[in-house]
Amino acid sequence: MKHLLGIENLNRDQILHILETAVSFEEINQRQIKKVPTLKGISVINFFAEPSTRTRMSFEVAEKRLSADTYNIAVSGSAITKGETLADTALNLQAMSPDCLVIRHAVSGTPHMLAQIMDCSVVNAGDGFHEHPTQALLDAYTIQKKKKRLDGLKIALLGDISHSRVARSNIHLLTKTGSQVVLAGPATMMPRDVEKLGVTVTNDPKEAVKDADVVMMLRIQEERESGLMYPDRREYAKFFCLDDKLLAHARPDAIVMHPGPANRGVEIEDHIMDGDRSVILEQVANGVAVRMAVLYLLLGGSNS
Amino acid sequence: MKTLIRNGKIVNPRAGKSFVGSILVEDGVVTKIAAGDMNAAGAEAIDASGLSVVPGLIDMHVHFRDPGFEYKEDIVSGLEAAAAGGFTAVCTMPNTSPSCDNIGTIEYQLKKARTEGNGVRLFPVAAASKGLKGETMAPIGELKEAGAVAISDDGKPISDSSLLLRVMQYAATFGLTYLSHAEDLSLAKGGQMNESYFSTLYGLPPIPSVAESIVVARECLMAQYLGLPVHICHVSTKAAVDTIAHFKKLGVKVTAETAPHYLTLTDEAVGSYDTNTKVNPPLRSEDDRKALLAALKDGTIDAIATDHAPHHERDKNVEFNTAPSGMVGLETAVPLLLKTVQDGHISFDRFVELFTAGYGILGIEGGVIAEGKRADLTLIAPDYQWTIDKNMFLSRSRNTPFHGFHVTGAVFRTIVGGKTVFSRTY
Ligand SMILES: [Zn+2]
Repeated sequence: MKHLLGIENLNRDQILHILETAVSFEEINQRQIKKVPTLKGISVINFFAEPSTRTRMSFEVAEKRLSADTYNIAVSGSAITKGETLADTALNLQAMSPDCLVIRHAVSGTPHMLAQIMDCSVVNAGDGFHEHPTQALLDAYTIQKKKKRLDGLKIALLGDISHSRVARSNIHLLTKTGSQVVLAGPATMMPRDVEKLGVTVTNDPKEAVKDADVVMMLRIQEERESGLMYPDRREYAKFFCLDDKLLAHARPDAIVMHPGPANRGVEIEDHIMDGDRSVILEQVANGVAVRMAVLYLLLGGSNS
Repeated sequence: MKTLIRNGKIVNPRAGKSFVGSILVEDGVVTKIAAGDMNAAGAEAIDASGLSVVPGLIDMHVHFRDPGFEYKEDIVSGLEAAAAGGFTAVCTMPNTSPSCDNIGTIEYQLKKARTEGNGVRLFPVAAASKGLKGETMAPIGELKEAGAVAISDDGKPISDSSLLLRVMQYAATFGLTYLSHAEDLSLAKGGQMNESYFSTLYGLPPIPSVAESIVVARECLMAQYLGLPVHICHVSTKAAVDTIAHFKKLGVKVTAETAPHYLTLTDEAVGSYDTNTKVNPPLRSEDDRKALLAALKDGTIDAIATDHAPHHERDKNVEFNTAPSGMVGLETAVPLLLKTVQDGHISFDRFVELFTAGYGILGIEGGVIAEGKRADLTLIAPDYQWTIDKNMFLSRSRNTPFHGFHVTGAVFRTIVGGKTVFSRTY
């Protein structure tokens, strides 16, 4: 594997291999000295062309714990704002011979475009509405840790599926490992023919959550077409927010997930987010281990 | 000057059945057509044996970027590409810079084609509204006087129905037809590809197919109400085909064209994120493609036009959402359409009709091989196998998703007014 562009083109074995590899990195993250020399001398560029706190930090922490040399480019500090095309920027970065580019971009397919231009490995850190593979991997890692398996589970995915790369990557991953994924939300937020991805769709969140092992909430993206996707936050919360009543339909041992950043009181009630069924902060912690595993498999596999 | 085209298979559906014969051309005019071989002293002979000789093709929908964006295509390179594609006439769309909403631009285009071009006939389509803004009418009478053969705001619809009604009425005063780019901009806004399972899979902002059909229905209703003709450009959806068929049955004077890429590719192809698959209207679903193929056969679609839309590589080598829409089409249209003949969707006669229907729709002389008429001819080798190579294009641009496609059938020679403007040796 040279690039990680999405979950769609991974098979089940590749997914499970990444997750297994992450186990040993989780152990490193619990040590007092959390640094190993695995990727010493390897240079990784983090190119986030869209705002991100969590994912950007998580990659940077993962890279530093593997002793890679990391370089961060923010759009405001790049030549893009001076009118240079992304393709030209990529060629210039290529000239500095990096080993890996971690790219976050608002336009779907941009990591694929860069993977064709550049010689180094490309890791998709989220492209448009398309994929966010490391998020799905860390979600799966978290589910597996809690549920001891990734098959035969019922997973409810609630909210704005249309604009969600997290949803797409999770759907690919969880259906490949043999779990049942049920989507719920207003019809305006369901992309066309999404059933063909192997999921079930309902407009009723209760039906989706019923007997679910995992309830995964998605962020309402207010900045996108507000007033066209749903009337307002108040009405959205009334019908689609994860509260006690809705969560009562899930299995008693169900876990609650959210990729963040969350809109408290809109898609998820505060006390559920902070409650003991929420694994939201564990997701963040596991993100570092999973990203270490991905970087190791792409960049360091042959040295060890 | 005399030219004799010998022993070609003359496929001339508007005149009757095809036969193997020879055509004598004198001073740009066909003077004699006869079965079998012919003797003509002093004539330059062109051996057409094994080739189909058809009336010169017309592409009624091309974008030459002249004036304004000559680095993408100018009139000279555009006409070279047309000749290489087998076209003896093209109709250029008005979205140049400045746009074709004034006689200066039209006169410039006609003069450049006449003085610097290779002889392929260029017919400008003028803007329907000033600056293609869809707000006020362009000087349509004067534009017609300067040489415009139709009006259109192509690239955009006329969204304001009240302006559309008046534009159609006013254009009819001067005998011009409105060519509609049918797109509901509120539905298509921000969209990058056809809305389907594939837009869901690829995570690209979708354009619902109803964005086209809803406007096609409006144009047909307007044509019905006014009793005037309307022409629908680049039809890409089944719903639009069904709508056009419905109104044709009612006797409404609606004509329609589609482009080779809608018959060849579907929205699945966008998964490469190759910006050369980005086109407006977008590549559609397999159901739409099948409906278009059926519409070629049953006559709902009258014409093939390429919507040749050249863009420089640097304009296309950007993020998908920022890339301009469009692909070049002139030099790949004939082999791509021959595929539909080879696959049994249409006959070769129908193929010729589709590529010459533009003459009738726009009232331009041409589309038939006849004694006393212009000698505009296209010679096609229907069995010649080759691979499309964008680097061989005569167009100034290379934005095609068909690079590397293996195809059967090629344009061998293009003749305008008796003069060869393109020939291929093999
Ligand atoms: Zn158009």
